Amino acid sequence: MKIKTEKSTLVFNAAAYVFLTLLSLLCLLPFLVIITGSLTPETEIIAEGFKLIPNRFSFDAYRAMFTNPIQIYRAYEVTILVTVVGTIAGLMLTSMAGYVLSRKDFKYRNGLSFYIYFTTLFSGGLIPWYILIVNYLNMKDSYLALVVPGLLSAWNLILMKNFMKSIPDSIVESAKIDGAGDFAIYLKLILPLSTPGLATIGLFMALAYWNDWFTANLFITTESKFPLQFLLYKILASASVLKTSIAGNLSPDFKPPTETLKMATAVVVTGPIILLYPFLQRFFVKGLTVGAVKG
Amino acid sequence: MASFIRELAKNRVMFLMIAPALLFFALFSYIPMIGVYYAFTNYSFDGGLFGSPFVGFDNFRFLFESGQLVTLTRNTVLYNLVFILLGNSLQLICAIFLAELPGKLFKKTTQSVMFLPYFISFVLVGAFVLNLFSSENGVVPTLLEQLGFPPYDFYMHTAPWKYIIVFFHVWKGLGYGTVIYLAAIMSIGDEYYEAAKIDGANIFQRVRRITIPMLVPTFILLILLSLGGILKGQFDLFYQIVGQNGMLFDSTDIIDTYVYRSLAVNFDIGMGTAAGLFQSLFGLILVLGVNYIIRKTNEDYALF
Repeated sequence: MKIKTEKSTLVFNAAAYVFLTLLSLLCLLPFLVIITGSLTPETEIIAEGFKLIPNRFSFDAYRAMFTNPIQIYRAYEVTILVTVVGTIAGLMLTSMAGYVLSRKDFKYRNGLSFYIYFTTLFSGGLIPWYILIVNYLNMKDSYLALVVPGLLSAWNLILMKNFMKSIPDSIVESAKIDGAGDFAIYLKLILPLSTPGLATIGLFMALAYWNDWFTANLFITTESKFPLQFLLYKILASASVLKTSIAGNLSPDFKPPTETLKMATAVVVTGPIILLYPFLQRFFVKGLTVGAVKG
Repeated sequence: MASFIRELAKNRVMFLMIAPALLFFALFSYIPMIGVYYAFTNYSFDGGLFGSPFVGFDNFRFLFESGQLVTLTRNTVLYNLVFILLGNSLQLICAIFLAELPGKLFKKTTQSVMFLPYFISFVLVGAFVLNLFSSENGVVPTLLEQLGFPPYDFYMHTAPWKYIIVFFHVWKGLGYGTVIYLAAIMSIGDEYYEAAKIDGANIFQRVRRITIPMLVPTFILLILLSLGGILKGQFDLFYQIVGQNGMLFDSTDIIDTYVYRSLAVNFDIGMGTAAGLFQSLFGLILVLGVNYIIRKTNEDYALF
């Protein structure tokens, strides 16, 4: 049987296709200009400016970057270290606290939940927080400053608590009757049952660490401790030029790439996120639709 | 007290498990609250927290009388209002289109593409802005010149930046919000649509009479929840797009960028803390107000 499509449906679909296609193109456009920008010869940029599609393609910027890639490698190391340590430690602390707050037989769960929730309602602000970390905790220019202040977030903790609340009480009860301790219940029963929640929140944390430039901007002064995003920020602001050893072995009309190098750095720094994107997105969409709208 | 100790002994393990989190929030959230005292001092680095001269409400008075606080608050609130209304409306429209379209591949592709900006760092947004608008060789000025317009330096004019900031904010949140609205649409029962189809309603009528009315509660809830945070600025967004460009501050400075500059550029600790405290306090009042309204209308959705 063939169902005739109504005329109104055709109009609706046409509008939807046009609208969504235009928005998608707008979402992709900035990525496109960065990539083509990094592939434009420096001379062309100086003469004519960045263009959507350059007249000629050139890999000079990437070649220059990878003749002396120490700085980028170093920043990758820092970022990977901070992301891995921060996410694992943060996930452990978040899941333990979330587990305790989700236990209905824990007497102080409401009071302590509010203790944590209140930090989202009122805060001392950026400056007292900064002074505490620098003057009292002495974390200035230390890797600790990149990891510790971001370990826990009240929102993630509340989200974790709600995930764990949806696990039936009877599981905890019967394990207790069998003589299991509170930590064993957490480790052997609750954690395996909360894998979707752990994955979603872990991804939130990893993404936040990976994309963080702000804490480095506040606390890190030594160049070898710069994480990726902060290095990119510095390069974009021209505050520090990526150290490249460009010898005369490149073409004669070669200009040291600065503008293109900025764009190439942006590509190299963002690459992993784009490569992991299909995987990341699937998890996020799943996690978002499982978790409720409110915390 | 006795009952607390008994509880502590009984649930020793659970207390140990939650202790690091409690300590974390005590250290990084509650102890800095003592630091709001800086707002009432003329801070000096020698004096520290309690050794600096106490000036009462002078910092607040100065911020208010100089007009800075009014400008900052106005900018923060207006930007957030536009972000919330425009962002939510676009997300809603995208979700409705995505829910009704037949082609699976097209839906998947557009949804993935629209979600992409959510995952990238704000520094990359800064790179986009530099590439698109930089005075010497940006894509847009170059394009304008090729089209025969007189040279236009974006960094000398305040007007375009409002739109650029709004564009990138909406751009970054589009996919996330669309997923939320799409989930809300999927939870509407098929029977409504089936019944409407049998009664001969066309797709526009179905969207207008079923989808939109069913989504209004979610829409209003999301807007109300965002209104609670209307004094909280998107520091990353503004700082990466505008940076330290003083020419543009009049229309792009928000409370968060002001506080940051007080700390990192002007070293005006007292004034910056005062602006931050103002933001926190009014933010708290706003959330309480919003929560009160939600509680009155639909208790299930209240925050607390």
